[in-house]
Amino acid sequence: MRIYFDHNATTPVDPAVVEVMSRVLAQDFGNASSVHHFGQRAKGVLDEARSAVASLIGGEPSEVVFTSGGTEADNFALRGAAEALEPTGRRHLIATGIEHEAVLNTLKALARRGWTITLLPVDRSGIVSPDALIEALTDNTAVVSVMHANNEIGTVQPVAALAQAAHARGAVFHTDAVQSVGKIPVDTRQLGVDLLSLSAHKFSGPKGAGALWIKRGTRVSAILTGGKHERNRRAGTENVPAVAGFGVAAQLAMKRLATEGPRVAALRNRLEETILARVSGTAINGAREPRVPNTSNISFEGIEAESLLIALDLEGIAVSTGSACSSGTLEPSHVLRAMGLPTHRTQNSIRISLGAGNTSTDVDYFLEKLPLVVGKLRTVTGMRR
Amino acid sequence: MSGGVDSSVAAALLAQQGHEVIGLSMQLYDQSGRNGQTFGTCCTIDDLHDARRVAARIGFPHYIVNFEEQFTETVVSDFVREYAAGRTPIPCVHCNGDLKFATLVERAAGFDAAFVATGHYARVERDDSTSRYRLLRGMDPGKDQSYFLFTLTQAQLAHAMFPIGNLDKTAVREYARDLGLSVADKRDSHEICFVPDGDHTAFLARQGVGRQEGEIRNPAGAVIGRHDGVQRFTVGQRKGLGVSSRIPLYVVGIDAKENAITVGPRAALDRHTLTASGVTWIAGAPPARGNRGTAQIRHRHKEAAATIDPIGSDRVSITFDAPQAAIAPGQALVMYAGDEVLGGGWIDS
Repeated sequence: MRIYFDHNATTPVDPAVVEVMSRVLAQDFGNASSVHHFGQRAKGVLDEARSAVASLIGGEPSEVVFTSGGTEADNFALRGAAEALEPTGRRHLIATGIEHEAVLNTLKALARRGWTITLLPVDRSGIVSPDALIEALTDNTAVVSVMHANNEIGTVQPVAALAQAAHARGAVFHTDAVQSVGKIPVDTRQLGVDLLSLSAHKFSGPKGAGALWIKRGTRVSAILTGGKHERNRRAGTENVPAVAGFGVAAQLAMKRLATEGPRVAALRNRLEETILARVSGTAINGAREPRVPNTSNISFEGIEAESLLIALDLEGIAVSTGSACSSGTLEPSHVLRAMGLPTHRTQNSIRISLGAGNTSTDVDYFLEKLPLVVGKLRTVTGMRR
Repeated sequence: MSGGVDSSVAAALLAQQGHEVIGLSMQLYDQSGRNGQTFGTCCTIDDLHDARRVAARIGFPHYIVNFEEQFTETVVSDFVREYAAGRTPIPCVHCNGDLKFATLVERAAGFDAAFVATGHYARVERDDSTSRYRLLRGMDPGKDQSYFLFTLTQAQLAHAMFPIGNLDKTAVREYARDLGLSVADKRDSHEICFVPDGDHTAFLARQGVGRQEGEIRNPAGAVIGRHDGVQRFTVGQRKGLGVSSRIPLYVVGIDAKENAITVGPRAALDRHTLTASGVTWIAGAPPARGNRGTAQIRHRHKEAAATIDPIGSDRVSITFDAPQAAIAPGQALVMYAGDEVLGGGWIDS
């Protein structure tokens, strides 16, 4: 038995996505920039996907720039906007302490080039307050970047209010919506943002495809320079098969969002309630609402998260300890730390993230195994102390 | 699984024998911070990559467990302290006894694993008549690593497996080749893993044990030169003394309290006796006084016939039949009866 509870890391690719991608890979091999028949077919694939992605987030096709994924979209947004805004003289960037590394490390890189960075504090709820942003904003602020949903704890930030505050001081607003698109309705107009990052593989699409939505009129410089692809905004021959899959995933997400959200939320809530009731020394990290419906981050007193993850994997259950790090090793979560949780809680917490494939049976199996595994690990650790 | 051929084959052998294998690699020091700089031959990023590939090829799960904190607390701090005290430590022994067969065993228990297996060239056997475990030399005399395992208690040995202890290195490499393991021809590691460039003086300086000038004396106590710090020296060392002499001079003594080293001719290194403390007796209790056996004072030392006189439960006095050169305080003394490890301790004098 193998159960996948790590959908915030990546999701299984939907068969309909695989089908379209295989077809495009095999048949529509043309370069979308070519004038001839083959190029036109590839271009047609991109156009269709662009429309689907735009519809999913309430944007126009011309506002969607395909990228290699969420990380590139975040880099593009921050580096691109910073460069475009350099002539204004503004040299200040604001984000939060719970952003994804794609944002945090990009800001660090900009800091080395003379930009001033402010990271907004969050409290134990894991939610940023608009007041904190209003306090941090200056007339020197160029870009504000606040993620829509947090990847580790799932909390949803008050992006509309934050964007409004940023605009009041003339700053551009970016949101990393990689963890919210496909999980909850995301509408760029309602959110009132200027830039929005998304990634296909977080909602049944393929890896290697993402997009930056750039509101018409927003100035962003290209960070990948070369040919005139993506209307001069992102050079490089488009990954046509992956983008095709992205488009299909977007269509599926649109269709399923209304039913899938509540279904997954019910599973997640039952899972949480049962753990809290049956396993002593447990606590949910971060506010329980507003949260994306699939994510749960739970502390287990007296347990090392690293051991719990391995022990669960050996039982066939895949969870994670926060964000998946490239080397496969485990470090205390910067998100939980930024929320002010004590060190032991940053090291005894796991993230469970459900998704399309999960059923009530999966949750039952998990709830049967988890107390046993936790009990065993606590006994072993107890022997040492 | 260090990513080397020995632990890779050990794991593969167990899997082939039908054991349910869980591959674990220990991350022992920070590998991220220094921009791709490699950290020697054991457990670098590339080694972890190799270990993962072996696990994937054979088809068992593999995890990296983070023991940075424990490694620093137990192994590295002891290494630094010992050198600063004018002794010559062997961190591998602590790593085996305090990490692999302690912290790792505890982790393994949490995963319902009955044993911790390593790629050491050593053997463990259960003596059914006494219900005790015996620790034996590996079958390959050139590769035997029992010297590094003497701290293992009966409880630890009960959960230890050394799947390649019966093989010689050639067979291990052949086996790896047969299985198509990419590590089959990977070179052996010799350095101390956290001092990959072999420059322990520079490592100690980074850890706060820096230059401290002191006297170099002859055996009569006369000052014949100056040195830069006792941590640079090991008993038996000949190079790097900076003292000119008609005959070759060796370090014969290190006095950290006086920050002085004593040098003398080769013959001054010879000793018949030594005492060691912190002794572990594999059988759980010391043998009778006057016990005959062999003793080894360095990993690469040829074991020598000796009389073993336990002092209390955790000290021992050794009298060699023939004098032994360069008995270095801090190194391990390991005592054998034939191939069997009787026990071991840390050389005091």
